[in-house]
Amino acid sequence: MSSNDEQPAAANRDAANWAKLVSRLKVAQVPDGAVNLNVDGRQLTSPIQGFGKMWQKTYVVRLPGERVTPTELIATWRRQFGEFWPKGNHFYAPLTGIEPGDVALLNLRMPGGTTLSTGVMVLYADEESFTLMTPQGHMFAGWITFSAARQDDETVVQSQVLMRASDPIFELALTMGGHRQEDLFWSQTLGNVAAHFGHPDAVVETKVVCVDKRRQWSRWRNVWHSSAIRSTIYMVEAPIRAITPHKRPAA
Amino acid sequence: MAEATATFDVRRQGTAGVLDIRGDVTAGSEDVLMKAYEGAGDVTAVILNFAGLSYMNSGGIGLLVTLLVRARRRSQRLLAYGLSEHYRQIFELTRLDEAIGIHDTEQDALAAAGAA
Repeated sequence: MSSNDEQPAAANRDAANWAKLVSRLKVAQVPDGAVNLNVDGRQLTSPIQGFGKMWQKTYVVRLPGERVTPTELIATWRRQFGEFWPKGNHFYAPLTGIEPGDVALLNLRMPGGTTLSTGVMVLYADEESFTLMTPQGHMFAGWITFSAARQDDETVVQSQVLMRASDPIFELALTMGGHRQEDLFWSQTLGNVAAHFGHPDAVVETKVVCVDKRRQWSRWRNVWHSSAIRSTIYMVEAPIRAITPHKRPAA
Repeated sequence: MAEATATFDVRRQGTAGVLDIRGDVTAGSEDVLMKAYEGAGDVTAVILNFAGLSYMNSGGIGLLVTLLVRARRRSQRLLAYGLSEHYRQIFELTRLDEAIGIHDTEQDALAAAGAA
């Protein structure tokens, strides 16, 4: 079989696992409480398009293999994704759950009582993993892969983030405690997953690697799309919108 | 977490190193990919030949981003050829195509790298 003969088989094998090509995101529906302020019309951003240092953060928790298989765990995680998040944060899952190409809106609790409205697209999903990718304006450019695998007699559950802060403001915020907050967020999430499967005291291991210490200064203009700035303006304008309802954005 | 299921054979073509990829590229391919990259030695460009690729998941895409960082650190260009239409679209979707030059043939990639 020639190399060219092999390509259609490769495409067929995983085509359904990947999102279809899109140039800009489109939110199909906006659930009650969600704000579609920083997602519709945005492009996806990989770590290549980000500003800050590149980080790979890995969070791992181990469960007894007899308790749950990797496929069962991932099926549950995809179905109940937002329920495992720490309290105060909201993942507005599409009705279909987590399927390739789905776009979900997020409300994230930030220091000072503010809420950051942003979103993600499901880039990839199969029986043992799924990946969420961020749009322009998200706090980081990159993706998060959630996976489960059998190792010996354990089911090893992992979240792995590959990211750069999107812009200089988010880079500063991450440096000033944001990274710690994010580590805590995913640690708690994995802890909640473990608790769901009967192991509330499971220990979450965290490994953080700086993949690239350089900042991409040519990307400083990403700040134009900053979800932090736009979310803050949205909150400040709330009283005005209350008396002029025709100016409300899609929410 | 996953086991390596891909092979990366290294060839030298002019001033470029060509990595012939075969099999499934996943996060578990990291060690073999980075070993192959180091094996390419002191080259001006690294060209990834995807003609023998069977499958690549998002973990594999993440590996390519990491490889890109390493190549840039050494002022090396990273190029690719042999991608099926499906994986070309994945490169476009993930915007890797903005940093990794995609070409139809090895000759085109070598010419673009100035290594022919």
